[in-house]
Amino acid sequence: MKVLVPVKRVVDYNVKVRVKSDGTGVDIANVKMSMNPFDEIAVEEAVRLKEKGVVTEIVAVSCGVTQCQETLRTAMAIGADRAILVETDAELQPLAVAKLLKALVDKEQPGLVILGKQAIDDDCNQTGQMLAALAGLPQGTYASKVEVVDGVATVTREVDGGLETLKLKLPAIVTTDLRLNEPRYVTLPNIMKAKKKPLDVVKPADLGVDVAPRIQTLKVSEPPKRGAGIKVPDVATLVAKLKNEAKVV
Amino acid sequence: MSVLVFAEHDNASLKGATLNTITAALACGGDVHVLVAGHNAGAAAAAAAQVAGVAKVLHADAAGLDHALAESNAAQVLAIAKGYSHILFPATAAGKNVAPRVAALLDVGQISDATKVVSADTFERPIYAGNAIATVQSADAIKVITVRTTAFDPAAATGGSAAVESLAAVAEGGTSTYIGSEIAKSDRPELTAAKIIVSGGRALGSSEKFNEVLTPLADKLGAALGASRAAVDAGYAPNDWQVGQTGKIVAPQLYVAVGISGAIQHLAGMKDSKVIVAINKDAEAPIFSVADYGLEADLFSAVPELIEKL
Repeated sequence: MKVLVPVKRVVDYNVKVRVKSDGTGVDIANVKMSMNPFDEIAVEEAVRLKEKGVVTEIVAVSCGVTQCQETLRTAMAIGADRAILVETDAELQPLAVAKLLKALVDKEQPGLVILGKQAIDDDCNQTGQMLAALAGLPQGTYASKVEVVDGVATVTREVDGGLETLKLKLPAIVTTDLRLNEPRYVTLPNIMKAKKKPLDVVKPADLGVDVAPRIQTLKVSEPPKRGAGIKVPDVATLVAKLKNEAKVV
Repeated sequence: MSVLVFAEHDNASLKGATLNTITAALACGGDVHVLVAGHNAGAAAAAAAQVAGVAKVLHADAAGLDHALAESNAAQVLAIAKGYSHILFPATAAGKNVAPRVAALLDVGQISDATKVVSADTFERPIYAGNAIATVQSADAIKVITVRTTAFDPAAATGGSAAVESLAAVAEGGTSTYIGSEIAKSDRPELTAAKIIVSGGRALGSSEKFNEVLTPLADKLGAALGASRAAVDAGYAPNDWQVGQTGKIVAPQLYVAVGISGAIQHLAGMKDSKVIVAINKDAEAPIFSVADYGLEADLFSAVPELIEKL
């Protein structure tokens, strides 16, 4: 079985982004970029399925600018076999990415597509579900456990209040939650090997997809700042403040 | 045009998040209709009819619609979608699971986690873990939106008298099957709806200590218990207690952060709380930059003392 793993290049999760003063967006020039953390978990899960002998080939996919090649090389250093970059400078929204991935699903015919549950830049949490809808496939979102046996994926999902288990007929779409696994570190020999693995570049037009954004960002602003708080010397003062000043207890 | 709200419910009653979503729907303008899809969910539909501001309740009943399965529920919404200008879902695990499916099948963009309705086509939403607020405008004929429930007051659960209309249930695809769930039973208030939250981090050290130290405080305050990602990853607390960018987003009256350093990702989940109290022995912990009242102390002595003095 083939697995497709879409990965996104995002601002590193440790970076505190700044809003540009002209309100057009956040300043991402010269900040560290990395693979979206949920996508690392997705690649790791695909590699583990391959190590179990369930999966034969892992194809990593990224959509975006030329530099996304670095993200794909990282995926291949973790263990993906080959990569596809859908190269475009256009702003890509989840619907456009889902359409690009749908075209690749049609072409590659994977048994499973594993995506992260959300990207930490746009915080959308849409692409996996949209891909499932467009491809007419079942979805297992927010997965904390995935087992694949005889053409059926058993997916344990993190839902409000606890866990839920679904059986999905393959092919299916799975999106990863934090607890699915602990991604491995990439080693230097694997980084070297990843450089030799094949990386195809295609354009959205080659896939026949119109990536024009549907939602226009009018303005990006700073969130309201919280007023400065105070430090209290002891518990008694804290209780007094909560009772008399904040009146919350 | 009218606005459709996808109700989250447990068959017997509406989940609180639905009420906040109805408030957001009223802000979009037009009649507000509520879709209650499920199996034997007549009581939830009746409850939806009582909510102030609701003009009509649409009730679809079929075995395949149970457990909020995304495939069948999205198909059910899609069957009636063309009659609406907006379709709103609560930004809960259930709502976020279904909404993008609906949007993709309608070939429209989706707006996630809307925190403000600026006008019928313009909304605000946080991006980058809440470190920036984007004002976005949708040009699509049908706006599909998930609503950040903490950003809208709940609609009054009584005072309405909407008609309940039965819908033909849409047949499900059968590619996914619900097997079972482990839902934690708790007498505590639900995390996302609690007025007070006591939340613990890695500094608690173990699952036993987490319960031993924080449970009495939560009991004393009538609070829900939350946790940082570090505490959840270490196994001190269950997954669904996680507060943060990728866990629950909460905005209680009082948030007590105990032994939590305050990473960006955690702050994204709680910085809209009315009053934040931080108890941490590290004077440099970033949590103090958002805390209204910070106490620099060892939590193992400070929390018992706090319980005693409350």
